Amino acid sequence: MAKVPKPQELAKVNYQPPAKGWMDVKPEFRPGTFVNAAQPKWLEMVNYPYPRAWAVTDEDWKLPENWKEIILQGMEDRLNRFRSLKLFFDICVRCGACADKCHFFLGTGDPKNMPVMRAELLRSVYKRYFKPAGKILGELAGARDLTEDVIKEWFSYLHQCTECRRCSVFCPYGIDMADMTILGRELLSSIGINIEWAMASVASCYTKGSHIGATPQAFKDMIDFLAEENERITGIATPVTYNRKGAEILFITPSGDYFADPGSYTMMGYLLLFKYLDLDYTMSTYAAEGGNFGYFISHEMGKRLNMKMYEEAKRLGVKWILGGECGHMWRVCNQYMGTFYGESPKFLEVPKSPITGTVFEHARAHKMVHISEFTADLIHHNKLKFDVSRNAHIKLTFHDSCNPARAMGIYEEPRYIIRNVLPEGHFFEMPPNTIREKTFCCGAGTALNSDEFMETRMKGGFPRANAVRYVHEKYGVNHLGCICALDRATLPPLMQYWVPEVDVTGITELVGNALVFPDEIERTTDLRDRPLVGFEEAEGEEEAE
Amino acid sequence: MTDFFKMHFFVPLAAVLGLMAMAYFGAQAHLEWVFGVAAPYLSILLFFEGFLYKIVQWARSPVPFRIPTTCGQNYSLPWIERKLPDKLDNPNKFSEVVGRMALEVLAFRSLFRNTRTELRKHPDFPEGQKLVHWSYKWLWLGAIAFHYAFLLVILRHLRFFSEPVWGFVQRLETVDGFVQFYVPTVYLTGVALVAALLYLLYRRLANPYLRYLSLAADYFPLFLILGIALTGITLRYFFRTDITAVKQLAMGLVTLHPVVPAGISPLFYVHLFLVSVLFAYFPFSKLMHLPGVFLSPTRNLANNNRQRVHINPWNYPVKFHTYMDQENEYREAMIEAGIPVEIPLAAPAEEEK
Repeated sequence: MAKVPKPQELAKVNYQPPAKGWMDVKPEFRPGTFVNAAQPKWLEMVNYPYPRAWAVTDEDWKLPENWKEIILQGMEDRLNRFRSLKLFFDICVRCGACADKCHFFLGTGDPKNMPVMRAELLRSVYKRYFKPAGKILGELAGARDLTEDVIKEWFSYLHQCTECRRCSVFCPYGIDMADMTILGRELLSSIGINIEWAMASVASCYTKGSHIGATPQAFKDMIDFLAEENERITGIATPVTYNRKGAEILFITPSGDYFADPGSYTMMGYLLLFKYLDLDYTMSTYAAEGGNFGYFISHEMGKRLNMKMYEEAKRLGVKWILGGECGHMWRVCNQYMGTFYGESPKFLEVPKSPITGTVFEHARAHKMVHISEFTADLIHHNKLKFDVSRNAHIKLTFHDSCNPARAMGIYEEPRYIIRNVLPEGHFFEMPPNTIREKTFCCGAGTALNSDEFMETRMKGGFPRANAVRYVHEKYGVNHLGCICALDRATLPPLMQYWVPEVDVTGITELVGNALVFPDEIERTTDLRDRPLVGFEEAEGEEEAE
Repeated sequence: MTDFFKMHFFVPLAAVLGLMAMAYFGAQAHLEWVFGVAAPYLSILLFFEGFLYKIVQWARSPVPFRIPTTCGQNYSLPWIERKLPDKLDNPNKFSEVVGRMALEVLAFRSLFRNTRTELRKHPDFPEGQKLVHWSYKWLWLGAIAFHYAFLLVILRHLRFFSEPVWGFVQRLETVDGFVQFYVPTVYLTGVALVAALLYLLYRRLANPYLRYLSLAADYFPLFLILGIALTGITLRYFFRTDITAVKQLAMGLVTLHPVVPAGISPLFYVHLFLVSVLFAYFPFSKLMHLPGVFLSPTRNLANNNRQRVHINPWNYPVKFHTYMDQENEYREAMIEAGIPVEIPLAAPAEEEK
């Protein structure tokens, strides 16, 4: 793996566009700045077209013979199917309001990472083949021929977009680069150009159940292990049932939550919370994945993975679905799931909290509730007893994850929970232009969180990290909270690189720390086995003994 | 200066100057009918036809997914307060969508949100650099000044197309000329229009990134409208033409009894021709952001997916891995792990008896 330069080097971003016009600048593939090509076996597993062995650094990408036809036909189909694409192609005035909004542009200084330019990479081909002016005037109309170099360029820059939608917030016409990136990636996928990290996750999720490729038994093992950890630390057993028919609630969370630290601590938090409530819930080995990397390849693949959720809810006969902390999962759930399914699932009921009796009217058609909504409702009805001093070692700032922020609008629930589980004065917001709808991406969403891409990830995450740095210096913030499993996978390396003093945590982990069970053992550590405030010495003594 | 920039800057500049020369010398060569009647009619025809065609073209593609960009707290738990900005930036109902669109179209709400980000040296941070973000309203100001000034200038021109002149047009003129400076009175909108255009042009040239990405299609409308504004101002303040004759021409056009009175200066035909070109060019250009913004699916839809299912007209069934596919593959292991299954392992034959 390529070595990532030091932060001091990377932070010196060169904001000077190249001397040559952008149509003459060819994409460069330097280790650390591109994602690997997908192996053919993954494509075969999901019947995706043109599986073949190729590498990004190859001169010849072994495109199918009629690749150009496929792309142009694919573009035409998508223009007919998506008004957004047609409109976004036609109405951009290149005012540049989006330019310094993109974290990849701010981190790399590469002009093709300005959303307006990224769109122009696609738009120039649209103009050349679909617009009279482009056909006649060519370059003067901003049009250019579709060549293999253009395909390589698309590959490079559509994989330096995390579909975070920050540009769309600032665009006077709401042009959404995320939508265009999805469609652009679909086009690439149609000629067999996919990235390894996305395709491997998708194929594993499709065939086994989750992105990490855990078999049903391994899935159970992992979660059972976390339940045992809970018992060790709190004295409370938090057993989980799997595929249990007739449970009231099906709980679905991204695999990141049960696969690795620090997501696993959030998972422990969920289990503690559910145990505390004696919730009648089950988890599924089939709908074992909340996340949806399929959505990063194509709308269709997104749907093929998403179908599992409702299908499994139907088979198990649950009343409604509870969803874990995850970003793009909730974009798909909020903006696509019902439409994918074509109707409101009749076999489910309007979600109702068995504890507070709250009917989640806002989810009456979708029939799925976000864990933060569920928890906030519990706290509001005074159903949870907290000892906030157990979070006294934590000084938190909250990272609004792109998708829940800009494709849903869940801003207050997590903040409400945070205020209730942390001691007074332990929560600090980052600067206003870097949170809420203006939040900065972790720099590695949409399946760009692979190791080979580390240098660009660190650049893309720089604006986020820099804001964390600010609150760390100013208030001594030592934890970065989020409600996104992908964030919990991507932010730790980002923090390690830019602000190593800051750890990443899910919000339900903090809930788990603070929840007071009547029959618990005395807690001296948090869920991460770190001593609580007031128990630091006891820990030390034990070790000394 | 790159060749790319040179081409995209100078070709439209030459084009606009060429169009001006065409009209100027054309009028002198007694082609007044071409520039005073034929061109305006043709351009209006092209404008309406192209405008409608384009909208129909857009409308023919469906909106498969409801994808509003949400910039405020969504509608969720009843006790979570949604203030007015939340409702306008993350609408849940049709009325809130109307509010959001009105703000977007009339007040350029999203541009108003604009920020500027800059990397600055900051020795206190270990990495030595700090990104600074601040609210940046200049683009908003330039855009809003340009659009409203242009609108008012167009409305003022209704004086030429109404007889007697409509009352609101006269009142508009009074307000617009309230500074009572110069003879004839200077209209503020004219000044604002030129100032805003110059700013919009300036920023494209001054900002290296904007210069890098700007195309001929960005400079051409700027030059064109600048040409219209400057010829108009010249006609009003410096080289006045026979205004009664101009009115006669204009009334002839709107009443479909075109006449070309004598005594109109060639400069007027330059002005009118540039306007004609603008109308004809409009539907085929980025200027279609005018109707386009109304159709933008990230702005004109309510974020109510969880309450009402949005129907995708081309939704089609997809192949997916079923639960039984999983169980069939892992049945034994699942049973061993104590996970319930649909079909137990085939029982030994004796048991059945």
